[in-house]
Amino acid sequence: MAVIDFEHVSKTFARHRGQMLLRSRLTSMFRDRGISRFQALKDVSFRVEAGTSVAIVGPNGAGKSTLLGLIAQLAQPDEGRVVVNGRVAALLELGSGFHPDLTGAENVRLNAALMGLNRKQTAQAFDAIVEFSGIGDFIHEPLRAYSSGMIVRLAFAVAAHADADILLIDEVLVVGDQAFQAKCQQRLQEFRRQGKTLICVSHAVPLVQSLCDEAIWLEKGSVVEVGPSSKVIPAYVDQSTAPA
Amino acid sequence: MWTGDFLYLLTNLMQKDFRIRYRNMSLGVFWSLLNPLIMMGVLTFIFTRISVSQAIPHFSVYVLCGLVPFNFFTTALISGTTSLVENAPLIKKLPVPRVIIPIAAVLSSCQQLLIQIGLLVAFVLAFRLGVNRYWAWLPLLWLMEVIFVCGLSLITSALNVYIRDTRYVVESFNLVLFWLVPIFYSFSSIRPAYVPIYHWNPVAALVVASRNILLDAQAPQGQILRNLALSSTFMLVVGLLVFGRLKARFYDHL
Repeated sequence: MAVIDFEHVSKTFARHRGQMLLRSRLTSMFRDRGISRFQALKDVSFRVEAGTSVAIVGPNGAGKSTLLGLIAQLAQPDEGRVVVNGRVAALLELGSGFHPDLTGAENVRLNAALMGLNRKQTAQAFDAIVEFSGIGDFIHEPLRAYSSGMIVRLAFAVAAHADADILLIDEVLVVGDQAFQAKCQQRLQEFRRQGKTLICVSHAVPLVQSLCDEAIWLEKGSVVEVGPSSKVIPAYVDQSTAPA
Repeated sequence: MWTGDFLYLLTNLMQKDFRIRYRNMSLGVFWSLLNPLIMMGVLTFIFTRISVSQAIPHFSVYVLCGLVPFNFFTTALISGTTSLVENAPLIKKLPVPRVIIPIAAVLSSCQQLLIQIGLLVAFVLAFRLGVNRYWAWLPLLWLMEVIFVCGLSLITSALNVYIRDTRYVVESFNLVLFWLVPIFYSFSSIRPAYVPIYHWNPVAALVVASRNILLDAQAPQGQILRNLALSSTFMLVVGLLVFGRLKARFYDHL
């Protein structure tokens, strides 16, 4: 069964997204030319079967994060259809639901709730999350005292225990140290053995190649190639390192 | 799809707001009391010592009955309005139901409301106005105001994502509202032609009703109760509908 199905999906954003002011709204109303739009994704189609792990590769600005945003159903496509079956846990940014003034433990509880766990599930997973993060006694310190590596460990630990069917990871794993990266990989392999789906975006090619069996190569919003990662990733690396 | 526990997340978000608010304030609760006390002191001084045009008994309690609903309305509406933009990282990165963000912001302001209600009750008792059975109406009246602000915040917070000036419009509106709510003047002194405006203003309705109960030991008027119930339900329904329409493009505009 396909857990993720994209059919001819396109997504555009208005340019000058920073200018959300009344003045620019009014002037654009009285001018003929509409707001110019920028095409983040162009006619993207692919399917992901349950239990596969997919790497999304491509240069900066290729539309990788937009693609994850669509899978997480944070955004809606302009054209085409996005179907996602199952619970999604998204780790799209280093500690996006975290607050620096709360302690590690408080942040874990808040994030577990944001990821969709209820009180009982949070209580059950709490010790495992803290244990996995390896934060130790620091868990009762406010997050502002943490290094970025520690924050990513905690964020990953929560997402890994969120009991999701689909896990989305955007370029965050590389922050942890070697030991923690190994631990994450182990956890992700375990996750895959449970028949769950993993989608990750990373520029750390060896990491995604070892972790993912399929790959989607994006370039300027369009799909260049979809296929086994052993084939697509080397092709992408060859092309991007070749002299222009 | 997000299939989590809505209420559990809501309590967590509210807890987060409390913790952050009070961790950054050494005097904590005191600050929530200071603002209404100062306003009450100033207004009482002006209208009982400097400009004595109307003789209202227990004027300080009278003013406080107006200030507490007004203060809650303005602080809750502002924090509701700005909530989506301030929580942009959440909206852009986590698939949580969007509607929970402004609701949590408004409900977090209820803690300040409770503190201020405590102050009001303390003053009522200190002035020996006594407890009466109509006090039972009070929780319901406050609840309707909370519902009204939730509905309104759903609209303003969503608009604020698309047009960032919304927040300043709301702030100016609050300034005007201070004069449109009978805080330091009596409802009975209003010319009949303007009475309908007050009848449909839920903050004014709440002020009048709580004065009836706390100062005059009377049941709130049926018409006021009906208007409050209608306006708050209407606002919540409209708020949910508007929010449902606008939320699809939050990601693109944050």
